Amino acid sequence: MTESTYAKPVFIVDGSRTPFLKARSGPGPFRASDLAVAASRPLLARQPFLPEQLDEVILGCVSSGPDEANIARIVALRLGCGDLVPAWTVQRNCASGMQALDNAAQDIASGRSHLVLAGGTEAMSHHPVLLNNRMVTWLAHWNRARSFVDKGRQLAALRPHHFQLIIALLRGLTDPVVGLSMGQTAEKLAWRFNISRQEMDSFAVTSHQRLDQAGKEGRLDEIEPIYDSKGKLYEKDDGIRPDSSVEKLAGLKPVFDRPVGKVTAGNSAQVTDGATVLLLASEQAVKQHNLSVLGRLVDTQWSALDPSQMGLGPVHAMARLLQRNGGDGSNIDYWEINEAFATQVLACLEAWKDADYMQQELGIDTPFVPIPQERLNVDGGAVSLGHPVGASGARIVLHLLKTLQHNSAKRGIASLCIGGGQGGAMLLEAGS
Amino acid sequence: MSKHWRLETDATGIAWLHFDHLDSPVNILSHEALEEFDAILEQIDNDRPAGLIILSDKKSGFIAGADVKSFQANTDKPAIEQHIKGVHRIFQRLEDLSVPTLALIHGFCLGGGLVLVLACDYRIARDDESTRLAFPEVKLGLFPGYGGSVRSIERAGPLPALNFMLTGRSINGRAAKAMGLVNSTAPERQLMAAAADMITRMPHKRRPAFYHVLLNLKPARGLISKYLEKEVRKRAIPEHYPAPFALIDHWKKHADDPRAMYASEATNLANLLSGDTSQNLIRVFFLQERLKSLGSGSGFKPSRLHVVGGGIMGGDIAAWCALKGMQVSIQDREAKYLSKAMGRAHALFKKKLKKPRLVQAAMDRLMPDPKGYGAAHADVVIEAIFEDAAAKQALFQELEAKVRPDTLLATNTSSIPLETISESLKNPQRLIGLHFFNPVAKMQLIEVVHGKDTAPELIKQGAAFARRVDRLPLPVKSSPGFLVNRILMPYLLEAMELLSEGIPAPAIDQAATDFGMPMGPVELADRVGLDICLAVAEKLSPFFNLKVPEKLETMVKQKKLGAKSGTGFYSYKNGKAVHEGSEETLNTPRDLADRLIFRLLNESVACVREQIVEDADLLDAGVIFGTGFAPFRGGPMNYIYSKGVEKELQRLQQLEQLHGEQFSPDSGWAELKV
Repeated sequence: MTESTYAKPVFIVDGSRTPFLKARSGPGPFRASDLAVAASRPLLARQPFLPEQLDEVILGCVSSGPDEANIARIVALRLGCGDLVPAWTVQRNCASGMQALDNAAQDIASGRSHLVLAGGTEAMSHHPVLLNNRMVTWLAHWNRARSFVDKGRQLAALRPHHFQLIIALLRGLTDPVVGLSMGQTAEKLAWRFNISRQEMDSFAVTSHQRLDQAGKEGRLDEIEPIYDSKGKLYEKDDGIRPDSSVEKLAGLKPVFDRPVGKVTAGNSAQVTDGATVLLLASEQAVKQHNLSVLGRLVDTQWSALDPSQMGLGPVHAMARLLQRNGGDGSNIDYWEINEAFATQVLACLEAWKDADYMQQELGIDTPFVPIPQERLNVDGGAVSLGHPVGASGARIVLHLLKTLQHNSAKRGIASLCIGGGQGGAMLLEAGS
Repeated sequence: MSKHWRLETDATGIAWLHFDHLDSPVNILSHEALEEFDAILEQIDNDRPAGLIILSDKKSGFIAGADVKSFQANTDKPAIEQHIKGVHRIFQRLEDLSVPTLALIHGFCLGGGLVLVLACDYRIARDDESTRLAFPEVKLGLFPGYGGSVRSIERAGPLPALNFMLTGRSINGRAAKAMGLVNSTAPERQLMAAAADMITRMPHKRRPAFYHVLLNLKPARGLISKYLEKEVRKRAIPEHYPAPFALIDHWKKHADDPRAMYASEATNLANLLSGDTSQNLIRVFFLQERLKSLGSGSGFKPSRLHVVGGGIMGGDIAAWCALKGMQVSIQDREAKYLSKAMGRAHALFKKKLKKPRLVQAAMDRLMPDPKGYGAAHADVVIEAIFEDAAAKQALFQELEAKVRPDTLLATNTSSIPLETISESLKNPQRLIGLHFFNPVAKMQLIEVVHGKDTAPELIKQGAAFARRVDRLPLPVKSSPGFLVNRILMPYLLEAMELLSEGIPAPAIDQAATDFGMPMGPVELADRVGLDICLAVAEKLSPFFNLKVPEKLETMVKQKKLGAKSGTGFYSYKNGKAVHEGSEETLNTPRDLADRLIFRLLNESVACVREQIVEDADLLDAGVIFGTGFAPFRGGPMNYIYSKGVEKELQRLQQLEQLHGEQFSPDSGWAELKV
C-alpha cells in the first residue's frame, strides 16, 4: 500500500479546528474568515517556523461573504503571513475542504511547495439572502430614472413578486440539474436500500453519544477556542445532544418528502459554522524544521455518479482508491464517512457489501471487506457536530489522523459525498 | 545660499520650496530657518514665479513647530515680544506675496508650522492618518503665537478655531478640510499633481460661513467667551493654567481689530512664556523627550509579545500592544479566563480605531493563547499573573525553557523583588521588570526595573520595547515600590490618616486637586482598587516604616474594593464617584494640602538620595507621567527647588512637630542644600 498518485511524500504535520457552531437564528457571531483565522492562529503559533515561511494557503469554501472574495488570501493576510504568501480558494461543494488538501498535496508532490496551510471554512449562517432578478432589474431602472414622473412610474411598477427573496443556503442545497434537494436524494437512497426510520434515528443517536464520549475522554483536542467581540467564549461543538434518543427522534417530522418521508432534521447533518485547517509539508520541510508529523496523505480519489444518488459518492471514491492501492479494505483500521444524512452513510455501508451494486455500478467482481460500524466515525460526525460544507472534508481527515494516532493504528480512509453527484476519498497513514 | 531650504522652479514656472532643516530629524522654525525663509520670500517677490509651493523633504512631516529649545529659560519679555513680532512680519510677507502660494502638508504640521501654512493662499493635506494638524501650544502653557490666534480664526471661524486652540487636539487632513484649515486633501500619489493643478487654477478661496462673522462681533464675543471660560474651567483653573483663559480674553478684547490682535498676541505670549507654568511645562516636554530617547540606540525591534496573565493588567497590556501594531499572544490557565481580556480589547480597539477594518486587524494581532504557544516565537514575554512569588518563579522556569535565548523576559510585578522572582532562572540576570500602570491605555509611563547585575543592554531593550508601544520608559532600581508606587504610597496613607481623623473624602481630594493633582488621593485609591492598595501598602510597610491603615484592611475584608466593586471610600454610579457621607463642610485643617504633598515630597527626596532613578530630573518625569503629578509644577523635585529647599525643609519640620514622625525629613534633604 505505498503506491500513490502523489509523486513525492506528503506529510500532514498538524491541524486545528474551531468548535462547530450550529446556525440558530440569523447570522452567527463569526464570518467564514473569522473562523479560519481562529483555527489557524494557534496552529501556526505552535510551529517552529513563522507564518511568513508558508509557501501558500489554500482554503475550501462554498460560499464566502461579500467581503471575502478569495477568502484564502484574506485569511492568509489576517494571519500575518505577510504580503508574499500566495493563497487561493477552491470549491467542490461539500468536499471543498478536502479539495484544498488535495491541491496542497499536489503542489507539495510536484515540488512547488513545501509548507502549505490548507483546509476549509464555512459560515452557513451567513449564507446570503438575495434579491431576485426581477427586483435587480427594477433597481437598475430606478437608478436610471431621473425625473419625478419616471420615478413615479417605476414605483407604480413594483409588484409583490419583486420582493420574493432567494435564500442562497436552500438553493445551494438543491441540485439544479435533477431538481432534488439533498434531503430528497437521501430519501431516494433510503428507499433503494430499504433503510428504516428507526435505523436512521438509531445511527443519529450513536453519533451524538460518540461525540459526547470523545469530548469527555479528551479526544477533541483539535478544537481551538474562539471568542466573539464581546469576549464570549466558544470552545465546544454546540449542536450536540447527548440526551438524544430514538424515542425522542421518532417524534420529529420529515423535512424533505412531506408528510411520509423518513429523513428528519434529527437524522441529518446540522447546518453549522466552522473551520478546519491542516498543515501539510514536504519531506524536505519536515527535516528542515524538525517537524513531528501526524501522518501521511497517501492518495486521493475523486469519483462521480448519478446526482440523484449523490450520497453514494463515498462508495465510488473509496472503491477506486482501494483498487489503485491494492487492498480489499481489511487493512484499513479506521474509517470516516461524512454524515450528510444518517441514511446516506447507512446506504453506503449497504452498497459497499452489495455484490450487485459493486458489479453493476463499479464493475468490481470481488467485493471489499464490509466496513464495521465500530471502526466508522468513532467520535461522531456531521449529524452530531454539524456539516459546515467547506470545512467538513478537512475535519474528517484531521480527526481520522487523530484517531489513528490515539489508537496507535496505521491506516484510515476519510470520505464524503458531494452534492451534484460526486465522492471524494483520502487514504491516510499515521506517523512518519 | 540657504542651509535649510531648497528652491526649484519647474518647467511651468512654479517655484517649489523644499524645507529640510539641517541637523534636525524634523523641520522646526529655528531663528536661522526663519531668517532664510524671509530672504527667500523677498527673492520670490522679485522673481515672480508662476506660483510658490512650500513642501517638506522630511519623511516624518511638514513642520513640527517653533524651536521650543529657544523658549526654555527665556524670560526676557521684551525680547520674546520682539521675536514674535518679527515672525508676524515674515508670515505677513508670505501672505502678501504677489504670486499665489500653496502649502503641501504631510505628517506633522504643528504650531508655528500650521501658522505658516495658514498664511499661504492654498493648502493641501495628504489624506492619511499620519498627517496631523494641531496647535499644541496650550500643552506648553501657551497659545498659538506667530499670528496663529489670528489666522486660525480668520480661516475657520471663531468657535471651531478657539476650540481647536484650547484643546490642542490634532486632526487629520479630512477634519482640517471640514474645518476650513485646508482646501483639499489628496493621497500621496496625487499630492504634487494636486498642488500644481490648484495653484494654476487658483480657485476661489473659501471663507468661513457668514454666521462665523457674526460670532466674531463684540456682543457675541461677550457671551461666547463666558461659555468658553466655563468649559475650560471644568478642566483647569487660571492660577494653574493661565494660557487658555488668556486666549479667550485676547479674542474677546481684540477680535475686530487684526492689528490689535497681533499686538496682543505678542504681549500675551511674552507674559505666558516667561511665567512659571509655561516654563515648567516646557521642562516637562523636554523630560518627555529625554524619556523617549532612552528607548533609542539598542537596535532592539520587538514585534512579537507574549503576555502571561489574563487579568486586568495582563489583558490591558496585551490589548494596548496589539493596538500599537505588535503581534501579541495572551495566555492564562484556561480559555475561559481570557474572555474578559478579549472583550475589553475589542472595546478598546473600537474606541481608538473606529473603522471595522482596523478593529479587525487589531483583533487578529491579539491571539488568545491558553496553551502558551506564543512564548516560543516571542521577542518579549511579560508576566502579569497574581502577586505570588512561588507562582511567578515556577512560571519563569517554564518560560525560560520555551523562549529563545534572546527573548526579553519581563515581569509586571509591582511588589515582588526581581531578585526573588529570578531565583528560579538558570540565568537570573536575564529578568527585568516592565511595570505598567493602570489604566494601561491612559498611563504613559513604564518603569523599566533593573537589578544590580542587569546588563545595561537589557535595560535599553526594555526601554526600546516601551517606545515600540508608544510608552515612556523610566529605568528604575529594583527596590520596594520602585519609584512611582513608593512615592505615591505615603501620600495615599496620609489621606487615609486624614480620613480617620474625620475629614471627609471630598475635602481631602479637593485639597489635592487644588494643588494640581489630576485626581484626589482618596478617589485614586478607589480607582486603583483598595485590595491592590492594601497589598502594595503591606509589601512596602516593613521597608519604609509605614502604618497600614486598619480602615483599609476592614474595607477589603468587606469586599469594598473601590470603583471596580461599586463601593470604596466613595460609591460609584456609572463610573462616577458619589460621596455618601454628610456634605457639610467641616473645618478642614489649613495644612491639609501640605500634609498630603509633603509626604510625597519627602519620599521623593529619599528616592533621589537612594538613586532609585538616575537623577532628580528623571524622578520628576517619572512622578509626572506615572502619577499625573501637577505637570505645571514641573515635578516634585522641581517644586522643592523652585520654592526653595530651605523653606520647604522648614515646613516639613513644622509638620513633623505637629503631626509626628511620618514627616521626619529624609536625610537626603541635607544633600539637596549643597
